[in-house]
Amino acid sequence: MNDELLRMTGITKRFAGVTALDSVDFALRAGECHSLVGENGAGKSTLIKVMSGAYTRDAGEIFVEGKSVNFRSPEDAQSAGVVAVYQEVNLLLFRTVAENIYLGREPRRFGMIDWKRMNADAKAILDRLGLDINPRATLGTLNIALRQMVAIARGVSFNAKVVVLDEPTSSLTDREVGILYDVIRRLKAEGVGIVYISHRFDELYAVCDRVTVLRDGKYVATRDLKDLDRLDLVCLMLGKQREELERKGATAFDHSAAPVEVEPLMSATNLKRGRHLNNVSVEVGRGEIVGMAGLLGSGRTETARAIFGADNIESGSIELEGKRLKISEPNNAIDAGIAFLSEDRKAEGIIPELSVRENLTLAALPALTNMGVVSRAKQTEIVNNFMQRLGIKASSSEQKIRELSGGNQQKVLLARWLCKNPKFLILDEPTRGIDIGAKGEIQNLINELAAQGLGVLMISSELEELVEGSSRVVVMRDGTRAAELRGNQISQANIIHAMAHGEEKQESGVRSQESE
Amino acid sequence: MSDATLTADSIDTQAGVRRACVASFIQKQGALIVLVLLCVVAAFRYDNFLTEANLQNILRQNSMLALVALGMTFVILTGGIDLSVGSFVALAGVIAANLAGQGTIVALLAAVAATTALGLVNGAVISKARIQPFVVTLAMMIAARGLALIATGETAVRVNSLNQGFTWLGRGTIFELSVGSINIELYVPVLIALIAYLIGWFVLNHTRFGRHTFALGDNEEAARLMGLNVGRVTLGVYALSGALAGLAGVILASRLGAGQPTEGVGWELDAIAAVVVGGTLLTGGKGGVGATIIGVLLLGVILNMIKAEGLSSWWQLVLRGAFLLAVVVVQNRLNSRKK
Repeated sequence: MNDELLRMTGITKRFAGVTALDSVDFALRAGECHSLVGENGAGKSTLIKVMSGAYTRDAGEIFVEGKSVNFRSPEDAQSAGVVAVYQEVNLLLFRTVAENIYLGREPRRFGMIDWKRMNADAKAILDRLGLDINPRATLGTLNIALRQMVAIARGVSFNAKVVVLDEPTSSLTDREVGILYDVIRRLKAEGVGIVYISHRFDELYAVCDRVTVLRDGKYVATRDLKDLDRLDLVCLMLGKQREELERKGATAFDHSAAPVEVEPLMSATNLKRGRHLNNVSVEVGRGEIVGMAGLLGSGRTETARAIFGADNIESGSIELEGKRLKISEPNNAIDAGIAFLSEDRKAEGIIPELSVRENLTLAALPALTNMGVVSRAKQTEIVNNFMQRLGIKASSSEQKIRELSGGNQQKVLLARWLCKNPKFLILDEPTRGIDIGAKGEIQNLINELAAQGLGVLMISSELEELVEGSSRVVVMRDGTRAAELRGNQISQANIIHAMAHGEEKQESGVRSQESE
Repeated sequence: MSDATLTADSIDTQAGVRRACVASFIQKQGALIVLVLLCVVAAFRYDNFLTEANLQNILRQNSMLALVALGMTFVILTGGIDLSVGSFVALAGVIAANLAGQGTIVALLAAVAATTALGLVNGAVISKARIQPFVVTLAMMIAARGLALIATGETAVRVNSLNQGFTWLGRGTIFELSVGSINIELYVPVLIALIAYLIGWFVLNHTRFGRHTFALGDNEEAARLMGLNVGRVTLGVYALSGALAGLAGVILASRLGAGQPTEGVGWELDAIAAVVVGGTLLTGGKGGVGATIIGVLLLGVILNMIKAEGLSSWWQLVLRGAFLLAVVVVQNRLNSRKK
């Protein structure tokens, strides 16, 4: 095709033996906005980094306007007209807008920086994008949205033919997203090709022409968005067959699983945080396991973090055992009896160089301490008790936690929370990256805990886990609660329907939340 | 999104801009305001504060520290720190005193070249081996002091008194102007500092090197991603810091008439204090050379006032320390509010 700006074929990238991209193809036309979607580990970020020169590929070919290219650095890609604007705005807060656009290639006269020309040129670019920003303003005085636009302006100023936008809306409000759409439309009209990464379906359908789906580092499909309905898109992302799902959904009809009355334990009402959470409500009863489903970025983890006080919400209330909690930081939630096992075990959970014993009792230390001295006897007692109860496999309680398998690490972290006797437990992807055997053990453990009266909110990307393990499933989509499924409504098909369409256009059996 | 959110948004932005303006005003002019206030107080309180002799003294005594602080400004703007400058002052003084017999230019160039080279070593280790500036320049501070002591055998090196030109560097005057009873003269060290600051201001504001100095301290990762040559800027600022410390050392040797291997102890801290008190962020990215002049003068005036008050000069250490701490706390508050 003669209007093809960029073509990537057979792109492969490995990191220390792990294949992040496996022979992926991608093509971008002039004047199109092309979305790149996929769940965790799909390889989107790796692909755009290869595209924009931040990574070098291990195999495959890249063509820009038909010419084979070999980017060694982001500068190489920039000079070929391929520019990436990343999610975290990488600009200088203390410098002016014009400096941020031209830093590194300032216009000069007699060896001096030509400030006049720099400001005028910056103004011209901002005007071209329809942005009313003073080039002399200090960047730090602009709001996030405008900073993001300055980052795009910097990209465009390299005579960019291809602009990669990596989650450009993640920190914008709805109104600010409008500014971004305008900029994108202007660029498209000029024949610039845009690669757009976002988790939000509404945005994809609003601004993109085509979509390429990746899964587990592999190319899945490229489709015109106007011919692709949302359900098909979700199926492509998750690797499910639509027909198979619908058949399963029909036969899974089962009257036995009628909703059970449970004593209320935790209820979070109308949680709101920008575009991440839009009036999300969740209730979990005593002894109940409530599943939470949703695509990446749909607001699952955000809900958990809001309840736990890890992110500050703008409005909404959280009640535990009928008492309204004031939660402004995790400590408040912990004191109230809420525990949160985060999805990122390595970064937010384990302390690798400490022993199993120390990792396990870290959160409970105040209770084990007498006059500032940790009681080793009590500590050992608790550690042995939990190691036995949860079946933690370690050579001894003194083994360093980093030497344990993922499943055993997860058990230690679970035990760390359990020894504080929580009433309500939030699990974010409790079995990710854990081998099959240990997975089953952890799932059994969660069941046992619930049977003992603990309320559990379980976030998971694995539909099977949610379907089998939960008494109710809350489905999130684009920062809102799209649906709640109970009893015999719980099926993979219904979950995927809700992920794709939310409350509107649902199959029978999926109840809309807003009407409750 | 509702209208309510729109309004809330714009109010928030307006208030943000206003706060940022106030913060930037205090950041930029705070030190100057304090300096003026102190001078007014001093003028009323001490009869001889506003005399020509006293003011000349303040300028002359601080001109060498001003040079060191100028180099430190560049380093701190990149988010770095240079602890080796005090030792460079001593080393350059010793080298210059040794070579004074060979001619002023030779002595000056050799001393400055030596400390510039050591500054380059600082910059090279920091940018290539990616080691924190604090550690690298601490090591250099110790080693350079050692070099100065080795070179002299621990005693002062007298300057060859036949070399008038060399002595002129530290003690000479450029022109004397008498208007009635007021006698104005410009001392050479003060003139050198003045010229250095003018050049420094120009470099910082009108050359790529200067702007990239700011960029590096503002957001190093961003600077890297923008394709700036981070290593070269780092080399440049530490070399510049070394060169200016060397120049200060030569002038000091000229003033003292000897190269003292034990001179310049603690100058690195005074220079850092002057830079920060002037309003340059210790974390880099914001500030300037004008601010540093104010900072140097501010600390100089405080010392002068303490002496006029008849207090032990050790008090100045306590007061300077307290003042520095207060400035950093205020800066921190102003900047954290903005983010």
